[in-house]
Amino acid sequence: MVNEKKGVSRREFMKTTGIATGTLIGGGIIGGLIGYNVNRDKGTTGTTGTQNGEGHGQTQDQPNNVGLKFFTNMTAFNVLSQATERIFPEDDLGPGAISLGVPYFIDNQLAGAYGMNAKEYMQGPFEDGAVTQGYQSRLTRAEIILQGVTKLEEEAQSRYKKGFAELEGEQMDEILTAFQKGEVEMMAVTSDFFFKLLRQATLEGAYADPIYNGNRNMDGWKMKGFPGHQYSYIGQIENKDFVKIDPQSISSMTHK
Amino acid sequence: MVTTLEKVDVVTVGVGWTGGIVAAECAKAGLKVRGLERGAKRGTQDYAMVHDEFRYAIRYELFQNLSKETITFRNHRKMNALPMRMMGSFLLGEGLGGAGTHWNGHNWRFLPYDFQIKSMTDEKYGPNKLGSDYNLQDWGITYDELEPYFTKFEYTAGISGEDNNPFWGKRSKPFPTPPMKKTPILNRFEEVTKNLGYHPFMMPSANLSESYTNPDGATIAACQYCGFCERFGCEYGAKSSAEITVVPTALESGNYDIRFHSNVVEVLKQGDKVTGVRFIDTITGEEFIQPAEIVVLTSYVLNNAKLLMVSNIGEMYDPDTGRGTLGRNYCYQILPSATGFFEEQFNTFMGAGALGMTIDDFNGDSFDHSDLDFIHGASLTITQTGQRPIQFNPVPPDTPAWGADFKKASIHYYTRTLNIGGQGASMPHKENFMSLDPNYKDAYGLPLLQVTYNFTEQDRNLHKYLSEKTAEIMKEMGAKTVVPANPLTDYDIVPYQTTHNTGGTVMGTDPAISVVNTWLQHWDAENLFVVGAGNFAHNGGYNPTGTAGALAYRCAEGIINYSKTGGSLV
Repeated sequence: MVNEKKGVSRREFMKTTGIATGTLIGGGIIGGLIGYNVNRDKGTTGTTGTQNGEGHGQTQDQPNNVGLKFFTNMTAFNVLSQATERIFPEDDLGPGAISLGVPYFIDNQLAGAYGMNAKEYMQGPFEDGAVTQGYQSRLTRAEIILQGVTKLEEEAQSRYKKGFAELEGEQMDEILTAFQKGEVEMMAVTSDFFFKLLRQATLEGAYADPIYNGNRNMDGWKMKGFPGHQYSYIGQIENKDFVKIDPQSISSMTHK
Repeated sequence: MVTTLEKVDVVTVGVGWTGGIVAAECAKAGLKVRGLERGAKRGTQDYAMVHDEFRYAIRYELFQNLSKETITFRNHRKMNALPMRMMGSFLLGEGLGGAGTHWNGHNWRFLPYDFQIKSMTDEKYGPNKLGSDYNLQDWGITYDELEPYFTKFEYTAGISGEDNNPFWGKRSKPFPTPPMKKTPILNRFEEVTKNLGYHPFMMPSANLSESYTNPDGATIAACQYCGFCERFGCEYGAKSSAEITVVPTALESGNYDIRFHSNVVEVLKQGDKVTGVRFIDTITGEEFIQPAEIVVLTSYVLNNAKLLMVSNIGEMYDPDTGRGTLGRNYCYQILPSATGFFEEQFNTFMGAGALGMTIDDFNGDSFDHSDLDFIHGASLTITQTGQRPIQFNPVPPDTPAWGADFKKASIHYYTRTLNIGGQGASMPHKENFMSLDPNYKDAYGLPLLQVTYNFTEQDRNLHKYLSEKTAEIMKEMGAKTVVPANPLTDYDIVPYQTTHNTGGTVMGTDPAISVVNTWLQHWDAENLFVVGAGNFAHNGGYNPTGTAGALAYRCAEGIINYSKTGGSLV
């Protein structure tokens, strides 16, 4: 299921292209585009089955109803992409954040109510407060993620004189860990808060219903053994054995 | 300009379980009732797309929009209270059905001990078991007096259960529907707790084991164990809630209507009576006065207290002097637990909100507290509610929080992790209270409610003792690794804990320490009633809805009596 071999295995592809480690690719536009083709190894056979429902899907590497709605700069988007991939990497269980579409998921979320803090109380006065009082930043999530991504790039440049997306995995991890520990200076927010937000958004993108443009091909669910939308388990709830069920998107309710 | 509407007999502020119950009973008795609900109309047909964890559980589809109104919070009086800017520790409901739409359906009757907690604790352990910092008090009503109303609520909701728990109060009637299905997870808990000498039983559930038609003629469907319950509405109409039971009952009487998008901002009082409420239409911005013979506050705990505060009804609690009652005895719920990591796989993604087995051997005063540094306890339960992949990423201790090892472990343990959790009692402390915030305002210019709250010694001790008990059970269940909950430190408003906020508008027989009498009639205004978990003098070792439902039924009877006779009901 999760280890389906179609054409060149994903892992082989990653090795030969060096995408995972970034040794091959420079920054800028080319890197950005190639960064997004890690799905190509299965592109000819897979359909998303999720963008448009079963049978109406587009080939995996051309989801032209998926695109950027928030980020304007491919370098920044690549930094985001690589950071999410470090948080939720490709491995022998299956795809990582990039192949799952997580960066697009996050981008799309930042363009909407979530990014704009539409449902959060955002009136001043703003004070730092105690940890137990939670989020007190005057910034929206979109502003925090953008600033954080910019800071990741700056940190890469100052530590290694390279773009974040060009670093070795361990180097990226070192920088991300510094953010996680709150060691990097940010404005009007702490770096550990940014990291928490990024980690949570990555998991959301890996496991949200594919209608939100992450969890491509329901691969996040397949890895985890979560069947998504099923009408009923009344016939199986008493089973002693573990039950494997092919997952289904909520889009199956609207695409018959 | 303010438009004054035609007077009604009864107006309820908020239409969830309590507002629906009051409306159904009063409307059936011939009173003209209007419900003012600040959210939208909704029902089973609106929950068809509910199997979407991200939209409902993560992005909070059914919950209050905090940009319009939230609360402020501090741990103690020396801190500056700051707004809860994002939803976290508890999830405030909005819309028809209120928080009763997204509940899990754990339906309990508080124990006989709860209602007489001060007298019984003093009698058994002496008058100073907890010390003078705790505002321990009796509720002014006994379990036996409330029993018919518990039964009434359970028969309205069709609760599924079995009466084989030796520790709870006597039931006058059996459960209306049999218990839910026992799954392998529940069977194992049952076997292990029996071997340990405890008394397991199926949790009383508002996710029904079979289709049921209640005495009012409303039908609740059979639960399908789909795994989307808490934070979701039920697409089958199989989770008892106001919008499929008491609200249609009230509407069918012909004596009831609901005005949606109507946000009440003031209870109007003249002399020793209230005259109605003032509200804003949240669509048009227009202001209205709804005159009423009787006003019933039936919104959430926090908002009921706030409305009284902004309307200057009653005396605010002052922690320095101990005087005043409004905002006093704010309590929460203490959540001891243990997590077990197993080698075998379970169908943890299947389930229902109230599918569980419980023991009450460590709840209330079922066990001796003579040598313990706390009172009361918790119901200890294993539930199979349906684990979903964004929210549930369990990893054993010392696993990194992200990266390759995290991914592997969280995927591996997704279906190999069980949790035993307690709904622990929360005792009132003189420093835990609600008031009005001096700095922050809501969308209508009213002050936000301010909550001052921290865990106490009692809480920490209860939590530690019972987390150890749950860990022992989990070990016996065969977990390879057992991790008891971290010891309680300071209350933190960020991580979700529970939407079991209680107190602030406490009931009782003494106006010096209660806001309403035992019919939930306000001491300072005889035609004003305040209903809900805010009436709890402390929070018990169970989820609150069953007890709030019983109090609402009793209150409705009081309101009907009052409409005939007037005057104080006590």
